[in-house]
Order: sequence, then C-alpha cells, then structure tokens
Amino acid sequence: MNLHGTPLSIAVFTLFVIAVLYLSYFFARKARSAAGYYAAGGQIHWAVNGISFAGDYLSAASFLGICGMIATLGYDGFLYSIGYLAGWVVALFVVAEPMKRLGKFTFTDAVDAKYDHRGIKLAAAISTLVVSICYLIPQMNGAGSLVEPLLGLPHWVGVILVGSIVIAIVATAGMASTTYVQFLKGALLLVFSAIMVTLVLFRGLSTEPAGLKDDAGRGLLFVPQQTTEAELTAGGQRLVHTAGSFLKFAGPGGATWWRRDAQGSLWQTQWVSGSEINGVLGGLLRPVGRLTALGGLQPAEAARGTGSLTPVSYLAQLTDAETRIEQWHSTKVADETGNRVTVHYPVHVSGTDQMKPGVKFKVDTFWNKLNFVSLMLALFLGTAALPHILIRYYTVPSPACARKSTIVAIAAIGFFYVLTLFMGLGAATNGTVNPADNNMSAPLLAMSFGKLLFALISAIAFATVLGTVAGLIVAASGAVAHDLMDRFGRMNLTEQRKVRAGKIAAFAVGIVAIILGILFRGVNVSFLVGWAFAVAASANLPAIVMLLFWKRTTAVGVVASITVGIVSALAIILTGPEMFSGPYGRTAAEAWHQLGQPGIVSIPLSFLALVIGSLATGGKAAADAKRVA
Amino acid sequence: MLHEPARDSGPDPASSYKTRLGLWMFLIYCLFYAGFVLVNVATEGRAMQAIVLMGMNLAVVYGMGLIVAALLMALVYNHLCTKRESELKDQGKEVRS
Repeated sequence: MNLHGTPLSIAVFTLFVIAVLYLSYFFARKARSAAGYYAAGGQIHWAVNGISFAGDYLSAASFLGICGMIATLGYDGFLYSIGYLAGWVVALFVVAEPMKRLGKFTFTDAVDAKYDHRGIKLAAAISTLVVSICYLIPQMNGAGSLVEPLLGLPHWVGVILVGSIVIAIVATAGMASTTYVQFLKGALLLVFSAIMVTLVLFRGLSTEPAGLKDDAGRGLLFVPQQTTEAELTAGGQRLVHTAGSFLKFAGPGGATWWRRDAQGSLWQTQWVSGSEINGVLGGLLRPVGRLTALGGLQPAEAARGTGSLTPVSYLAQLTDAETRIEQWHSTKVADETGNRVTVHYPVHVSGTDQMKPGVKFKVDTFWNKLNFVSLMLALFLGTAALPHILIRYYTVPSPACARKSTIVAIAAIGFFYVLTLFMGLGAATNGTVNPADNNMSAPLLAMSFGKLLFALISAIAFATVLGTVAGLIVAASGAVAHDLMDRFGRMNLTEQRKVRAGKIAAFAVGIVAIILGILFRGVNVSFLVGWAFAVAASANLPAIVMLLFWKRTTAVGVVASITVGIVSALAIILTGPEMFSGPYGRTAAEAWHQLGQPGIVSIPLSFLALVIGSLATGGKAAADAKRVA
Repeated sequence: MLHEPARDSGPDPASSYKTRLGLWMFLIYCLFYAGFVLVNVATEGRAMQAIVLMGMNLAVVYGMGLIVAALLMALVYNHLCTKRESELKDQGKEVRS
C-alpha cells in the first residue's frame, strides 16, 4: 500500500489542528488556578463531560485497532468492544459517585482521601504513571502510522507532531482545553462513524466489491490465484523451497510464494523480504479482503451484490453458513538462504466461523481458556481503574453529574462499539484491508467511498489520538506535579506554582511519550492497551473497591494491593508467551508460563494483598478511621 | 453551554441507597457478562454459532445484548437514584419548614 497525502486531507488536518490550538488558547485563562488546570474548575456540564469521556476513552486502539482486528479476524475483534463497554458498568455502579465525593485532582487523591498516607501517594502515583505510559505508547504509534498516509510524512515526524500539539493543548489550558478537544473528537467520531456505517449498509454485500482504485481508476484489490503444484510446474515454475505449508517457486517472472490449504490447493500470497515486496524491489502490497460466496445467492447474483441491507440483514447474510470470506493472516518463514520472509496469505472461512469467537481467542485448551477468561476479566474491571478516565469525574460539579455523565458516556461509547462491528466487517468485505497493517482498515474503508470521507475519517482518527493522549498527559502530569512533588514530596506548592509544576510535568511527559512512540514503532496497538487495562485492573481497582466496601481496609493494605497488583501483572506479562514470541525474538514455548493475559492471577493477588495487609495492620484501623472522621 | 458552578457537593443523604442499588445492579450485570464468557469457554465456542434471532447467531445477539443491557440498566439506575434524591430533598424541605 502506498498512500500519500492529498491537498484535501492536508487541508482537513490543518483545519482541525488550528481549531484545537484555538480552543487551547481560548481556555488558557481558565487554567490559572490548580482546580482550573487539573479539573477544569469542576464546571463542565455533565452532557459535555459524557461525550468527553467518549473522546477520552475511544482511543486509537478502539477506532483503528478494533476495526482492524474485526477486518482480519472477524468476531474476535468485537470481543474487545464488548469488554471495553462492559467496563463502564463497573464505573457507573461502583466508582462514579464515590470518586467524585472522595477525590480532588487525581486518582491518588481518591484512594488516599481516607488515610493521608505517603505510601499510598507514592504507590498510586507510580501506578498512574505505569498505566499511562503503557497506554501512551500505542497511541503515539498510532499517530505515526496515521500521519504517513494522511500527510505523506515519515512515522517519526507524525509522533513528534502529535506530541508537540498535545503538549501545546495540555500546557496552555490543562483539563479545560483537553475536555473540549475530547468533546469535539468524541462527537465527530460518532457522527462520521455513523455516516460510514450507513454507507456500508447502503452499498450492501458483493463478491466483487468496488474496493480501492488507483489514480487511473483501476481496481487495486488483490485477488489471489488458486492453482496446484502440477499446474505451476507445467507453467515453467520451479519449486525452490518449502517452509511448512508455504512453497517458494522461481520462474521467468521471478519468485513467488504460495500456501497449500487443507485440500492441497495452492493459494497465491503477498510477501515481503527486506525491501523486496512480491519480488519487486520497493514494490507495493495490494489491499485485500473480499467475499468469495454469499449464502443463498448464485455466483452471478453474488457478484452483482445484495443492494442495500438493514443492520440485521447485513449481519444475518454474513453469518450464513454458505457465505465465505477471504481473511488475510501473516506469518514469518525462512527462505532457502535463511532470510526471514513475511508472508501474507488468504484463509477462507465460512460465515459461521467469521461471526463467532475462536480465530484469535481460541478456547480449546486449558491455557487458551484461561487467557480468554483473563482478558475478559481485565477488560471488564480495567476501565473503572484507568487514571485518565477517573480524573474526568473531578471536572463535573457534583456526584449526580458524575453519574449522569457516565450514562451519556455509556450511550455514546456503546453506540460506537456497535458501529465498530459494521466498520470492521465492511473493511473485510470491501477490499480495504492493508495486509501488513490492519490498523488502517477503517480509514481505507472510508477511502473506498471517496477521498473526502478518507480525509475526514483520517483527520478524526488523528483527533482520536490527540484527545486520548491529552487525557493521558493530564493524568501523568497530575501524578508527577500534584501527587509526587506537592503531596508526597511535601513541597507545599502555592496555587500558581502547582499550575506551573503541572505544565512543566506535562512538557516532560510529552517528551517521554514522543521518545517512546518512536522507539516502539510497530508494536501492536490493541495488545499494549489490553495490558494497560490488566495493570490498571490489578493495581487500582481492588484498592478502590475495598476502600469503599470494606471498613477494615487500612493504608498499608492499600499500598500492598497497589504494589502487588503492578508487580504481579508486569511480571506475568514480561515472562509470558507474548513477550517471548514478540519483543524477545524467541518462541512462545520458551516462555516461563503460557498465561498471556495476567488479570486472572494478578487481580485476585492484589485483593489478597489488601486483605492480608489490612488484617496485619488492624491495630491501625482505628487511627485510620479517625482520620476519615 | 449550561455549565453549573463548581461547588462542594456536601453530604448526600441518598448515598447509602445509591451504593446498595449500584452494587446489586453491578452483580446482575456481572452474572450476565460472566454467562457470555462461560458459555463460550464451556462449549468451546460451539454454542456461539447457534442461530438464535433473525439469522443472527448467539455470539452477535449476546454481544449486542450486553451493550444494550448496559445502557438500559444505566438508565434504570439513574431513574431510581434521581427519584430517591428528589424524595429525600423534599423530606428535608418538610423537616426544615
């Protein structure tokens, strides 16, 4: 895929950035007090806060990552949508109002409200920083990936651009400007996602999708050839290497890689070896994703298409057992010289398999079942423990407003997650999946409807990153300036100095985010966010829940819970199969254990640590309780 | 924009009622969510492919159901909380008068 910025996309992007910077300038006067800077003065209307919640929460992982995962893996991507939304139920029923009542500027304020304990301040601030950084890396990465096609700029320029704009937003007006950037982004994301889904439904389904076209109007969709080894040999091709089910042939036209399916047929692949793509130096991967059969329709009818469909008939048609979808997966193999080759290959699945869990999240073995339950647990419990989400409860005037804004958030976020299913499936069936980077599926789907929608959706995707990164930097800078410097370090800063410290911390965190975004280029967007949820659910949620519902909770118990939660979650991640097969460059089998998702162990451990720590220091409970009074 | 002024919200007499109600509603949703996870794990995904409503399978219907249920329960929760807050506010006014 070689997408380049058009004047239209650059214009839309520039307009958006100007609007965002103007908002920051406009709200700068509201950020002169600590309350103004860290909590927008607690004056945000609950409806605005609700949409801002959506703008804060619907990150690159939600928009780009989930749509991409649904486009390549089917229903498994939608599991994230379900888990992410369900987490808001915990936020509403358990956390929203108490957080508003207990806290002031940061997550640490809330857990420390009953105790005024330095250990809690330190542990909670570190937890905020760890979770925020886990979350920041994929966002910055996503920004770089977006800027490449949108503006035709290199990845690192995109990361610096996002970092600089976000530092400007946060350092000028803190939570006030962040809130309105998130509001704007949340509203735009909902409206344009709804427009795109309407267009997808109006277009319907076809085995010959319109797909993407080049400047000359030629279709770009890659339709793989199906053949046999005998036919290739008869055509002058020579088998030069076999790697499992992958075969490399050489012939007059150059080298080709094929994949043998269960029936013995060979399917053409797309492949990358160094700077060689499909046998051409500096060549291009072509977009993929199509239906090969539509249940209940003859091939000619299926090629003409169904015409417009309702949401239910669209899903029913795709679920039909006779519908067949060409998914594209990727793997790395070694060629005859030992060079690593990335092969992107088609897999044909029935509608039945496409529309149920099991492609990525298999539940056939003990470890797979445990990983699935662990992931769903972390998604469910993680939302209500994310520091950058929790601080939005301080921006409204009352606990009742905190509750109402959460309900608006559930409506907006739930609506968006329903749309992700249609956007992901739309990309999967319209030839708009980049086989090397499924994160671009939603913007490419927009491009199949024209360059204007692509420019708008890409600018909104960019805004998605801006809104979330701004929220994360506010949370992280609050942890540094308010929790660590002012409260843990007992610096007793004046209002003015608190604001200045927050701005300097925002600048520093922004620089760190830029560096990490460049260093971690290519790391999977959704996966890191999943881990951020697991760490948040393990480190923060047990402390929040127990201090609200268990009267014997002590300060030492809270510190133990946060510490054990962070350490155990990170330890399980760092010694697990995903790290060994990914960053460590070894195999999953070499990992210390096969638990890829830590939540199912680290969350109970964190609760246990709190109970033991509290019971062991029970003598201090009375003193702690006095502080509450 | 109708921004309310920042203020200390003060004591909330409906607080314990809302906490209890929230806890019960959380437990109900938790069971619904756990059902989704357990059905998938226990049947190794086979039950999820059963067509249950207008050509859609259990995975899609249950998944969408979880999203819709979250919103409906949120609205019910807000209605009950608001009602209780109003009742207690009115009672407070009567006592003062």
